[in-house]
Amino acid sequence: MEFETVIGLEIHAQLKTKTKIFCGCATTFGEAPNTQTCPVCLGMPGVLPVLNSQVVEFSIKMGLATDSRINRVNQFARKNYFYPDLPKGYQTSQFDLPIVEQGQIEIEVDGKTKTIGITRMHMEEDAGKLIHDEREPLSYVDLNRTGTPLLEIVSEPDLRSPEEAYAYLRKIHAILRYLDICDGNMQEGSFRCDANISLRPMGQEELGTRTELKNMNSFRNVQNALEYEVRRQRDILLDGGTITQATLLWDPDRNRTESMRSKEEAHDYRYFPCPDLVPIEIDDEWIERVRTTLPELPDQRKARFTSDYELPEYDAGLLTASRELADYFETTVQAGAQAKKTSNWIMSELLRELKGEEISSCPVKPEQLGALLIMVDQGTINGKIAKTVFQEMMQSGKDPEVVVKEKNLVQVSDEGEILVMVREIIADNPGQVEEFKGGKTKLMGFFVGQLMQKSKGKANPKMANDLFSKELEA
Amino acid sequence: MNPYELTVGQAADLLAAKKLSSRELVQSCLDRIEQVEPQVKAFLNIQPDQALVQADAADVRLAEGGAGSLCGVPVSIKDLICTQGTATTCGSRMLENFVPPYDATVISSLKAEGAVLIGKVAMDEFAMGSTTENCAFQTPDNPWKSGYVCGGSSGGSAASVAALECPASLGSDTGGSIRQPASLCGVVGLKPTYGRVSRYGLVAFASSLDQIGPLTRDVHDCALMMNVISGYDRLDSTSVQRDVPDYTAALREGLAGMTIGLPREYFGSGLDPEVEQATMRGVDVLKAAGAKVVDVSLPHTDYCLAVYYLIAPAEASSNLARYDGVSYGLRDLEADSLLDMYKKTRSKGFADEVKRRILIGTYALSSGYYDAYYKKASQVRTLILEDFKQVFTQCDLLISPVVPTPAWKIGEKTDDPLALYLSDVLTTPANLAGIPGISVPGGLTASGLPVGIQLQGPHFAEDRLLYAAYNLEKGLALNTVWPKL
Repeated sequence: MEFETVIGLEIHAQLKTKTKIFCGCATTFGEAPNTQTCPVCLGMPGVLPVLNSQVVEFSIKMGLATDSRINRVNQFARKNYFYPDLPKGYQTSQFDLPIVEQGQIEIEVDGKTKTIGITRMHMEEDAGKLIHDEREPLSYVDLNRTGTPLLEIVSEPDLRSPEEAYAYLRKIHAILRYLDICDGNMQEGSFRCDANISLRPMGQEELGTRTELKNMNSFRNVQNALEYEVRRQRDILLDGGTITQATLLWDPDRNRTESMRSKEEAHDYRYFPCPDLVPIEIDDEWIERVRTTLPELPDQRKARFTSDYELPEYDAGLLTASRELADYFETTVQAGAQAKKTSNWIMSELLRELKGEEISSCPVKPEQLGALLIMVDQGTINGKIAKTVFQEMMQSGKDPEVVVKEKNLVQVSDEGEILVMVREIIADNPGQVEEFKGGKTKLMGFFVGQLMQKSKGKANPKMANDLFSKELEA
Repeated sequence: MNPYELTVGQAADLLAAKKLSSRELVQSCLDRIEQVEPQVKAFLNIQPDQALVQADAADVRLAEGGAGSLCGVPVSIKDLICTQGTATTCGSRMLENFVPPYDATVISSLKAEGAVLIGKVAMDEFAMGSTTENCAFQTPDNPWKSGYVCGGSSGGSAASVAALECPASLGSDTGGSIRQPASLCGVVGLKPTYGRVSRYGLVAFASSLDQIGPLTRDVHDCALMMNVISGYDRLDSTSVQRDVPDYTAALREGLAGMTIGLPREYFGSGLDPEVEQATMRGVDVLKAAGAKVVDVSLPHTDYCLAVYYLIAPAEASSNLARYDGVSYGLRDLEADSLLDMYKKTRSKGFADEVKRRILIGTYALSSGYYDAYYKKASQVRTLILEDFKQVFTQCDLLISPVVPTPAWKIGEKTDDPLALYLSDVLTTPANLAGIPGISVPGGLTASGLPVGIQLQGPHFAEDRLLYAAYNLEKGLALNTVWPKL
């Protein structure tokens, strides 16, 4: 039996405001526990929340960037539950009147474009963190994170595969980063994702029983966890079993999901409008003012990269998936490097050498990469040497000119010098010369290789080719 | 005349004229407290040393000139208004040892005007009750008649002012908690328009209904206090940006051109004849001062109690969730798990009335019941507001009783919460509609118990309310005699 996968994602994006959503405390990550708190975010008796208007502004931005409806009147509600990381005993969130509804974005999987609906986005406050003592049965509460603004982004159940879910997650991440309203750091928890997933027989309208996946703190984990869950559910269904609605935690070490205790699931949050905050009214003027601050977004930038730089769709898509990477590309090109060559270098050498690190932490600045590519273009060094130079630049952060000079890597383009080596190689390899002349022209690679070895890679490869052809045919 | 007998206005004048020092005044009040407190039991926490330090500081300011309007005047504070460094218990075991690290905005305002904080006064636990019998620590005695309740929840505020322990107090009113004890203790008590006074630092009972207001011995004092505590506060999003008039300037004699409505629904069955008579005496006074009195109707009045007892507990159930034993307040140390800690802490920390309202409120918000209870109540609340908007097109103010009866005996209704809820029938409408209401002393019953008269006005018509109340007070000419203690 064939099954169709149905996935919906709930993303929690921490908004990059300097201060918390309802008080003036800083939102810096990693400070000493409970140092970024005040009576308001500690939930002391008698305190009241005051909304940080930047949170509204950022939410409007995200709404506009995703072609969504901005609700002119929206309202905070209280989500009531007890937990030690929630000092008020309720989370101030939004319920029936969220700030953003009915949006959409486009994703691309296997060269096909698909529109994914966004049900809603709402503003809310983050909770604190519990720190469990490993030696004693004790838990500590750190409320630094309490009150950090979150935008919860809920997709329609439009995603049909883990790959689509991955692409959607990447796209939302890219838009948030382009708008510069979220750090997008999954490890630090500033960008989090939960998934609802179910299977149904192909062609069936009705949705199957879903499970909810949590604790997926990297893009790769999201895809792995969803793939695991698709297999798990399909195996159960093929065996004639039924899916139990449950919340599952992804265990990245064991590559499997585990069920959370069911007790924690049975919540009645008793939502009601928060009486301490007046409804938020957003007029057209505010929306239009925010619209004028919108930067170029990933889709627009991709289109510009294909037209202005004549890059293939694939290159443009990959480079613009991250604002920083796209900026890096454009700065390199502005430094004088050729666009397609720059793209090739970034996609192969640079991303490989970065080993998953952020482009912002790259020791080689785009101007330096540009200078390196210009040196290749002008024949100062050849492509192979350039890779060596680049590796050295990644280590030391030095300018390419300096590396080339220090290591004496300038390309040998002196015809006489190369010709001497070419003749030596021909003399040393009579067998291969015989075969070449007998028609085995592939051996040209062998000869050039020998030359490169002899010249320590510095010989101008085009010149070497030409000289070998001339000498061997003579 | 002893300094403790002075009103705020009288004291402020003498202080400004250097005919009295704040230290003399405060010491006189402290002596009075020491003398009568064993019987009145209004104060949970008296701060003689701190009060005298503040009095001396006020005297310095007075000597330097340019002192604030309340400079050197002692004020008592209901114990759910946060005072930095001084315990704020809310009348509850839960917060018995809670010392706020900050001042409520009204406290900052009082301090800025040089007022002296003389102590924190008793209240029903978390402001839930109408007799102050729900205070975990003590129940004040009615200064007018021993053994009778002083009302609530701001019972300590009303008792301390009526017993001449201090000239003014700040209370809070969620369903009548300022006006009802003011009525039962024969003092003036004003519940301002919702949003007129900052709630920042007022420990929340029902956030959409709570409002801080003054209890004083006369209307002029009430206006003086309102001048100080009113106004927008950026720390309270529900406070309203609107100019504060000089409320004392509004006080003048004569009510020519004013129309006063007599809402017929406020004179239903269960109304004590002596209470009704007091109100009608008030009507005569207003007429004599030149006002026109007309019969009006507020058709949804009957629903107010039901709506109030859904909305207030619903909000309370959420507001009181923070008392979980985690970071402040009571924590049960015998608990062996998180859930157990929550259960034991809250079982021990809260008494019956608070638990009852948390249960009602939780139920009203529960999935499957929300629409029938909380949502329906919110819809009816809108109709109640519409009633008032409509009626204020026909008249400028409303006159009515405050409480259907005079004070009753301590312990008389403690086993009958419903009977106590019914005593809020004439005060809850103003909170639901967010309009201001004032209780003005209307004389004593044959048995010597005070009865108040209520005036209610449109949103932000405190000036009009005080102006009419001033005329009522003048015309009745009652408040020269205070209870003998």
